[in-house]
Amino acid sequence: MFYREAGDFSTTYQADAQTFPIKYERWGYYAILAVAFGVVPFFINDYWANAVMIPFLIYAIAALGLNILTGYCGQVSLGTGGFMAVGAYAVYKLMTSFPEVNIAFHVLGAGLVTAGVGVLFGLPSLRIKGFYLAVATLAAQFFLVWLFNKVPWFYNYSASGQITAPERTVFGVVVTGPNTDAAAKYLFCLVFVFLCAWLARNLTRGSFGRKWMAIRDMDIAAEIIGVYPLAAKLSAFAVSSFFIGVSGALFFSVYLGAVEVTEAFGIQKSFLVLFMIIIGGLGSIFGSFAGAAFLVLMPVLLKNILVGQLGWPTDLATHFEFMIVGALIVTFLILEPHGLAQLWRVTKEKLRLWPFPH
Amino acid sequence: MTETSEGYTTADGRQIGGVLMEMKNITLRFGGVTAIKDISFDIREGEIRAIIGPNGAGKSSMLNVISGFYHPQEGEVWFHGSKRPAMKPYQVAQQGIARTFQNIALFEGMSVLNNVMTGRLTHMTTNMAQQAMWWGKAEREEVENREIVEKIIDFLEIQHIRKTPVSRLPYGLKKRVELARALAAEPKLLLLDEPMAGMNVEEKEDMSRFILDVNDEFGTTIALIEHDMGVVMDLSDRVVVMDYGKKIGDGTPDEVRNNQDVIDAYLGVAHD
Amino acid sequence: MPDQLLYAIEVTLNGLMAGVLYSLVALGFVLIFKASGIFNYAQGVMALFSAMTLVGIMDGQVPFSHLINAIFGTDIHHFGWHVPAIVAILLTAVVMTAFAWAVNQVIFKHLVNQEPIILFMATIGLAYFLEGFGDLMWGSDIKSLDVGLPQGGSFWIEENTAWLGGEGFYGFFIDQLDMVATVVAVILVAVLVAFSQYTKQGRALRAVADDHQAALSVGISLSYIWVLVWSIAGFVALVAGIMWGTKSGVQFSLSLIALKALPVLMLGGFTSIPGAIVGGLIVGVGEKLFEFLVGPMIGGATENWFAYVLALIFLVFRPQGLFGERIIERV
Repeated sequence: MFYREAGDFSTTYQADAQTFPIKYERWGYYAILAVAFGVVPFFINDYWANAVMIPFLIYAIAALGLNILTGYCGQVSLGTGGFMAVGAYAVYKLMTSFPEVNIAFHVLGAGLVTAGVGVLFGLPSLRIKGFYLAVATLAAQFFLVWLFNKVPWFYNYSASGQITAPERTVFGVVVTGPNTDAAAKYLFCLVFVFLCAWLARNLTRGSFGRKWMAIRDMDIAAEIIGVYPLAAKLSAFAVSSFFIGVSGALFFSVYLGAVEVTEAFGIQKSFLVLFMIIIGGLGSIFGSFAGAAFLVLMPVLLKNILVGQLGWPTDLATHFEFMIVGALIVTFLILEPHGLAQLWRVTKEKLRLWPFPH
Repeated sequence: MTETSEGYTTADGRQIGGVLMEMKNITLRFGGVTAIKDISFDIREGEIRAIIGPNGAGKSSMLNVISGFYHPQEGEVWFHGSKRPAMKPYQVAQQGIARTFQNIALFEGMSVLNNVMTGRLTHMTTNMAQQAMWWGKAEREEVENREIVEKIIDFLEIQHIRKTPVSRLPYGLKKRVELARALAAEPKLLLLDEPMAGMNVEEKEDMSRFILDVNDEFGTTIALIEHDMGVVMDLSDRVVVMDYGKKIGDGTPDEVRNNQDVIDAYLGVAHD
Repeated sequence: MPDQLLYAIEVTLNGLMAGVLYSLVALGFVLIFKASGIFNYAQGVMALFSAMTLVGIMDGQVPFSHLINAIFGTDIHHFGWHVPAIVAILLTAVVMTAFAWAVNQVIFKHLVNQEPIILFMATIGLAYFLEGFGDLMWGSDIKSLDVGLPQGGSFWIEENTAWLGGEGFYGFFIDQLDMVATVVAVILVAVLVAFSQYTKQGRALRAVADDHQAALSVGISLSYIWVLVWSIAGFVALVAGIMWGTKSGVQFSLSLIALKALPVLMLGGFTSIPGAIVGGLIVGVGEKLFEFLVGPMIGGATENWFAYVLALIFLVFRPQGLFGERIIERV
């Protein structure tokens, strides 16, 4: 009744290949964009920005990246934390080496550097498959974190071994450093999220997306119909790492401001992003956002209820968080392997028919 | 029937061209097991060529050699008049050889349309930057290839399931989608591995009609493996018979049918 | 003999001992993987959980005391009794068996015939759950575990090897706990091999490992075998938990031994018990020697990644591991 596609015909193949072929969805999408860019920045405060919005946006980029590799191309990676660290240290080195260049380019540059590193660690994927590869990507995780911890060049020989983001501006507005306005941080991240989601959508609907999905669903058949497996896998690693690098760069420069590598980019981060795409939905762009939102909001909510309302100690809330996340992962894998995105699709199907279900 | 290097005319009057692919003395071993023993045969342009034989005769291995999945220890593969070097399967596909599989090998997580579109991948050349922007060339290429794919979808009568996920389809339709994917590549040589296995009579009739139509309308050369003798004898122009990795017969269906070795292989022979 | 060489020998010996412990954890993985195709990431957390349970039972801790206190405003912690180590170990084994049963009922019964990678991710979820659950049950503070195993360097070995080197060499330093662990590991492996070769259950287990369908068709109950296997894995986890817990205290980092066992498995092959043992020894010796020889030049702490990079490079050349079965791809 409220959501329907009747009378909505695609008359060209272009129209059929667009992102939101149904009018209602298209308008919904424009409305969300308008609110995100035009309304939220005027109301956002520090608490909402730091506790919810900025982490959500940054994790959404990371989840998009991992979803391209895992959800679309079927290569499970547990090295996300390590690749985010590459993005963070790359942006730090770029920011401090070329202070006159705009930080937006630094962030993109960090993405490119991470893409290169990702391709390097993706090379074994030609020989190693499935969870062997997942375990192999742990090599990237541990090696990269160790590297940034032990080689002083990466942290500019600072005494603490930390990296700290210097103040940088975009169009005269401060976006990094301690004096940043919440709205500026938010908008800066939002622009990258928009860009990445747009790129991800374009890549996954065309021939690259099909190559990746073919490799995911049946790699031998994919090769026999003419997909060059190495190129397909490495391109997935490159694109995925680019996104994860951008998110790592933003995570450090805009969100945290100062970073100690083992704390910020440990293996827990790899799992967190993996959980986001499992809960959100493997092989779905919407799912990447849904999963990121869910796993960012859930702990905040849990903490507010258990600690804020019931007055429990925080460590209890943390234990519950672990249990809930773990239980959710298992539940989703058993009941709905395509995650929140599939639930959303089912809801839409129901809505289309509502109020006459037959 | 008279065979010359230029070709021959079939019983129903179709003109068959010169040699498209030639297998010369192929031998394939897995460890100690010899799957194919010194087999030679050719496939001519425009013909429907069948490979038959009892279970374990090495038919599928032969098809896998043609599609580059197995590499024979001895022998040469000639394609388009030149010797083919050892190739990876994807390079073989790029040369214009497409195939279907005995156990359906569709991409279960994708829709029918996307599955058939994967057949066009060897023809799509825009690079990643163009794809990422989805402007101009990338979109144009997508639309052009979509048009070709839609023609094949029409041809195989699977319009109604265009957007259905492949995993929801029944077996017979999956087989048809797989054929669509192979056809979408517009192959010079189409390999069909038991296209009618596990089908009922009506489905077999449909599939036979499609195979004949493909050969007729697109002029595609087809090599197929099939167990159903009736179907093979009706469809194919020439037949290779294999048994225990050896070639025991080669010729038109009639010739093969009257070949004593073939009869022995199929009906058994008294040892006294 | 030059001192440097002696130190290298000492490092090698210690590496072998550490390797035995890695093998012990890896063994738990291999058992479950062979029988059910599940690559159990939660093995490390199981070791942690079993060690926590052991300490909790020995000290007479009240389970979920933090939660109870938070909800009811009470202040309870201990029952006030102490349980002897051997009884506590038996009770913990019972808990781990119950855990094995629950895991099969709740999770893996519903994931039969799923792809290995899905099962793997499910065990990551299980690991998270169990970690939170263990902390909730027993508290997340660092506990010391003492079941009466000897600890500290062996003076006897030190005294009797000191003559090998020069002035600055005081003999090999070898931890007694490591030696005990080695003995226990050897016994455990022998028992497991004997179990799988000479008992009815063992034969059923090998049958299931070989072919689920065929085993099912001759009347072997899959769920029984899986519970059995998870129980055994729980028991192996308990042994590993006791060793590591005694060595470095029962704390979160204990669960990370699972991460150490992964490269061991990649080297040894996921389906091979000898592979797990040899892989463990290679990783143990390799990482200790690498740290000793190369570590000082590049900043140290190479143990964090050495095993992984070694396994990664190795796998590129031999994807099935040292002892794994060759992977044949078919269309």
